[in-house]
Amino acid sequence: MSDIIAQIPYPLLVFIVAFILLNLTLLHVAYLTYAERKIIARMQQRLGPNRVGPRGLLQPIADVLKLLQKEDIIPNNVDKSVFKIAPLISLVCAGTGVSLIPLWEKFVLSNLNVGLLFILALSSLSAYGVILSGWASNSRYALLGGLRSSAQVISYEIAMSLALLSVVLMAGSFNLQDIVKAQVASPFKVYLIPQVVAFFVFMVCALAETNRVPFDLPEAETELVAGYFVEYSGIRFALFYLAEYFGMVVMSALAVTCFLGGYAGPFEVPGLPFIWFLLKLYVLLFFYIWVRATLPRYRYDQLMGLGWKVLIPLALANLFVTAFLKLYL
Amino acid sequence: MSLYVEVIKNGNGKGEPEHFTINMGPHHPSTHGVLRLVLELDGETIVKCDPRIGYLHRGVEKLAEHLNYNQTIVLSDRLDYIASAANNIAFCLAFEKLLGITPPRRARLIRTIVNEMARISSHLLWLATHALDIGAMTVFLYCFRDREWLLSIFEKVCGARLTHSYVRVGGVRLDFTQEIIDELRRFTEEFPQRILDYETLIDVNRIWLKRTRDVAVVDAETAINLGLTGPVLRGSGVPYDVRKFRPYDAYDEVEFEVPVGERGDTYDRYKVRMKELRQSNWIIKQCLDKLKEVEGEPVLAEEAPDLLLPSRVREPEPKPHPKKGFVFTGKELPVVPPGEAFASIESPKGELAVYVVSDGGPNPWRLRIRTPSFVHISAIPELAKGHMIADLVAIIGTLDVVLGDCDR
Repeated sequence: MSDIIAQIPYPLLVFIVAFILLNLTLLHVAYLTYAERKIIARMQQRLGPNRVGPRGLLQPIADVLKLLQKEDIIPNNVDKSVFKIAPLISLVCAGTGVSLIPLWEKFVLSNLNVGLLFILALSSLSAYGVILSGWASNSRYALLGGLRSSAQVISYEIAMSLALLSVVLMAGSFNLQDIVKAQVASPFKVYLIPQVVAFFVFMVCALAETNRVPFDLPEAETELVAGYFVEYSGIRFALFYLAEYFGMVVMSALAVTCFLGGYAGPFEVPGLPFIWFLLKLYVLLFFYIWVRATLPRYRYDQLMGLGWKVLIPLALANLFVTAFLKLYL
Repeated sequence: MSLYVEVIKNGNGKGEPEHFTINMGPHHPSTHGVLRLVLELDGETIVKCDPRIGYLHRGVEKLAEHLNYNQTIVLSDRLDYIASAANNIAFCLAFEKLLGITPPRRARLIRTIVNEMARISSHLLWLATHALDIGAMTVFLYCFRDREWLLSIFEKVCGARLTHSYVRVGGVRLDFTQEIIDELRRFTEEFPQRILDYETLIDVNRIWLKRTRDVAVVDAETAINLGLTGPVLRGSGVPYDVRKFRPYDAYDEVEFEVPVGERGDTYDRYKVRMKELRQSNWIIKQCLDKLKEVEGEPVLAEEAPDLLLPSRVREPEPKPHPKKGFVFTGKELPVVPPGEAFASIESPKGELAVYVVSDGGPNPWRLRIRTPSFVHISAIPELAKGHMIADLVAIIGTLDVVLGDCDR
């Protein structure tokens, strides 16, 4: 096998791997929407999608086809170029993160030495998509949604980076592959146990970063109707939607890599190299969905209070303790 | 970019912050119908809130002047369409006072049951939408599940789920069958457990508490001055309940408590309504027991005007009335004596009052309805001042307004 791989020219290899990865992620994103609807329906005593295909399994495909057919409405007074490019910024920034996640010991598209920083940078950049769409829409609801989002992402980015810094301190590297290897070598095999505080902070921040309940303020349906993408329709609307789910997948994958030991499992499953990674990923994605079915929404000022007064000090204290232990143990 | 340039230029020039005007509604997911609010915002804080109503105005009061008394009941369904049985009762009580009819005891008990069923279904809808507005989606669907049960009972009672027109002047249209009584008993047995289910989800939920505690606080004096009634007034600690103060139907026969709040904030009003759900359940239970005592008795008073009942003999030809057109009645004399009457009930939303003037003709000469939603909407600017947009959504929810009730 490895002989064959060695013979493939490098650019072609990258292309093949990227193609597999993209399709794998798109499949996950599509069926994440389906899983979300089914699971929440189950929790809320409903049926969920059950018309298209057996048990509604073709629903995501039908949704995409429907949105592709819809007219792409661009209102008169919008800033057209920004309006058009904003959903792409969101999607690209949310999706690129996948390329850095080590799915398996021998499967990582770009093994960057500053992989963690790169993912954080990308998730910060994706806020631009939201802000620009809010601004370019020339609608007051969209503007409020965009403003809320920028404030939210900036505040939660800090706590999230601090939480991840503790992991970096323990592993001694920004490289995601190295972080996984360091975890496997550590006494607990996962960083979840020594870094439980950081994990908690990270998960809360991940909810906020991806604009999920209980932090879905930028798109709070009952307040701002749809928030920043209120003026969008058709495929551009779908791109924002996709970006949100890409964000969920990337954040969960990052949590798996940094806290749950990545692709490493208690034993090797022959022929299924990704199985442990995917299992852990599904558990975290289920958590996202579960939270959505349970919790109400925070108010804007309370959200800021939580970020600045609780999470950032907590993450800082955790970082300090980690650094102290690292020095003297 | 003209919009923002305009906002920035339109500062008042005195160094004060520019305000951002936003139009909320009439098509907005959380304005509960077609309420329109013009908001002036400073950031996300509301500086001024201006409710505009009338998008659902149907002229019920004027229409009533051209319909006879029993036909008016159908109009009353469309006021607060979430608890139409309560509206029916308010109208019928006023007409009965005018006519001097007392409904038989069985009818009064059935009316009390129906009124409390309406209260439960209205409160369930309120809890569902209030929770959804604050972001708790699951509570919404749980409440709808149980409301569905109640609506199916209503369907068995009178054939309609929302617009019942079940109550008649002098009693009710149909008697309860044994099947309905059994179904209601099952409901009353299981319902307290269901209330616990909702409370488990949100009662001590930290986010719920943060969103409702100390939001839109109304002290007792302000609440009375604003004319608030019902659970909103009781949330501020005023134990005013028409069912206790001026008992109608069978409320003097049953025992129940009037729950009141302490702080008068959104959370207290939520608690008051949750307690009322239990009280309503208890009232239904008591009435079901009392129904056994009046088994087989009529549900419509003998002297009730038989305007629409097919069982009585009508005159073959309608008699022309000198002023009012045709009189659809089997009796020689005008059905309704000249005079005026006032009745008020405790509807799920607050105090619903009906004032009717008769000139002796077959139709009301004037019908005036005092609906709680209208008064409550007028209190929104007072309550919303200084809160954030997210709170405004909670305020509309906690006041429990229905625009059909407000605009009439």
